Amino acid sequence: MMGNLFVIAITAILMENFVLSKFLGICPFLGVSKKLKTALGMGAAVTFVIVLSAIVTWCVQRFLLVPLKLEYLQTIAFILIIASLVQFVEMALMKLVPPLYESLGIYLPLITTNCAVLGSAILIQDNNYTFIEGVVYAFASSIGFMLAMVMFAGVRERLEDSDIPEFLKGFPITLISASLLSLAFFGFQGLKF
Amino acid sequence: MIKAILLAALVLGGMGVLFGIILGIASKVFHVDKDERVGMILQVLPCANCGGCGYAGCSAYAEAVVKGTASPSGCIVGGETCVSKVADIMGVQATTKEKKVARVKCGGNCFEAPAKYEYIGVQSCVSAARIAGGPKNCEYGCFGLGSCAKVCPADAISMSNGIAYVIESKCVACGLCVSTCPRRIIELVPASKEYTVVCNSKAKGAKVTKVCDVGCIGCKMCEKACPNGAITVEDNRAKIDYTKCTNCGLCSEKCPRKIIKKF
Repeated sequence: MMGNLFVIAITAILMENFVLSKFLGICPFLGVSKKLKTALGMGAAVTFVIVLSAIVTWCVQRFLLVPLKLEYLQTIAFILIIASLVQFVEMALMKLVPPLYESLGIYLPLITTNCAVLGSAILIQDNNYTFIEGVVYAFASSIGFMLAMVMFAGVRERLEDSDIPEFLKGFPITLISASLLSLAFFGFQGLKF
Repeated sequence: MIKAILLAALVLGGMGVLFGIILGIASKVFHVDKDERVGMILQVLPCANCGGCGYAGCSAYAEAVVKGTASPSGCIVGGETCVSKVADIMGVQATTKEKKVARVKCGGNCFEAPAKYEYIGVQSCVSAARIAGGPKNCEYGCFGLGSCAKVCPADAISMSNGIAYVIESKCVACGLCVSTCPRRIIELVPASKEYTVVCNSKAKGAKVTKVCDVGCIGCKMCEKACPNGAITVEDNRAKIDYTKCTNCGLCSEKCPRKIIKKF
C-alpha cells in the first residue's frame, strides 16, 4: 500500500511532471516564474487548490456522476466545481486567514481555469485511483508543478543578468530554456518501477 | 432520450444552483469590511506600482493612507493633481510636493572619458563596479551599462555613447535609479530648476583633466559668477543649492569646461 503510494508520488513529481512532461499549466509556468518568491507563492496556491479540488471532484464523480451514468459530463462538471471552489476558498481565506490570503490571494483567481487543476482531477479518474491514491497523486503532481516553477524561476533570474542576443530577448529565450529543462526531465523516463 | 437530457441538465443545473447558493452564503458569512476610500484612492493614483512612496505598490500605499500611516502627499509620481485628489478623498488639506526629475551628474561619454579596460562581464553596473573600481578611468563617472535604465518603471532613461540620459518628460521621480546607481551620480532635483552640474568627481583638478575632458576641476568660476550664492565648490566639484538658484544661467556661461548644463 505505502509502496504503491510512493510509486504514484515519484511518478507524478519526476517522470510525469505536469509542466515538463505533460505540458499542463504552461501559462502560470511562464507567467509567474520571473521571481523565485512569486513562483513559490503560485506553487503553494496551486498545491492547495489541486488537493482540495481532487477531494471534491473524486467524491462528485464516484457518488454522483457514476451512479447516474453521467460520466460524459465529467469535464464541464469538474470545471464548475473547480471554479466555485476557488471562489469559495478565496472568500474563506480573506476572512479566516488573512496572512495566507495576502500571500496566495493574488494567484487564486489565476487558478480558476488552470488546466493543471482540471488535468489532475481528470487524470485521477482516468487512472481509476482510490480516494487516498487520488489525494496523494494530486499532492505529488502539484509538488512537481512547484518544483518546475521554482527551478525555472532560478533559471530566469540568471537569464536576467545574462548577455542575451537582442533577437532572443524576452519570450524566445524563455521558451528555449523551458524546452531544455523539459528535455532534462525526460531523463527521468528511465526510472521504471 | 429526453430523460437522459433532462437528467443531465438537472444534475448540472442542480450543481450550479447549489454552488451558487453556497457562494452567496459564503460571501455574506465571510464578508470583510473594506474601507471604500481605499478603492477611491487607488483610482486616482497612477497605478505604476513604482514603489517610490516607500510602499509595496499603489494599493499598499492607498491602504496606508486610509489607515493614517502615510501622508496623502506621498505619491510623487502623480504630481499635484493626484495629491489634491487623494487629499480630497481623505478630507484633509493638500500639502503639495514640488515636482522633481532625476538628473545624471556625469557627462563623460566614451569619447571624453575613456575606459580603463574593456568590460565584458554581466551587463550590470553593480557587477562592473566590483572589478578594479569599475571600467572607467574616472573613479566617479557613469559606466553606461544601464542598470538605472533597467529599473526605471517609466522607461525614462536611455543610454547613449556610454552614459545615461534621463528623458525628463517621462521621468516620474520615483528615485529607483538614484538608489540603484553604484556610483550615486543620479540626483533628484526640482523640475523647475534648469541648471545642473554634470560632474560628480571629487578628484582634484589635475587628476580630473587626465581622465576626462568634461570633468569639474573646482576652479570656482561659477561660485564667483553666481549672484545669489547658490553654487559652491565642495570636495573639488561645483554643487548647486536649489533653494537659492534662480535659473539665471550665469554659472553656465562662466564655466570653462561647459559642464553646467541647461536641461
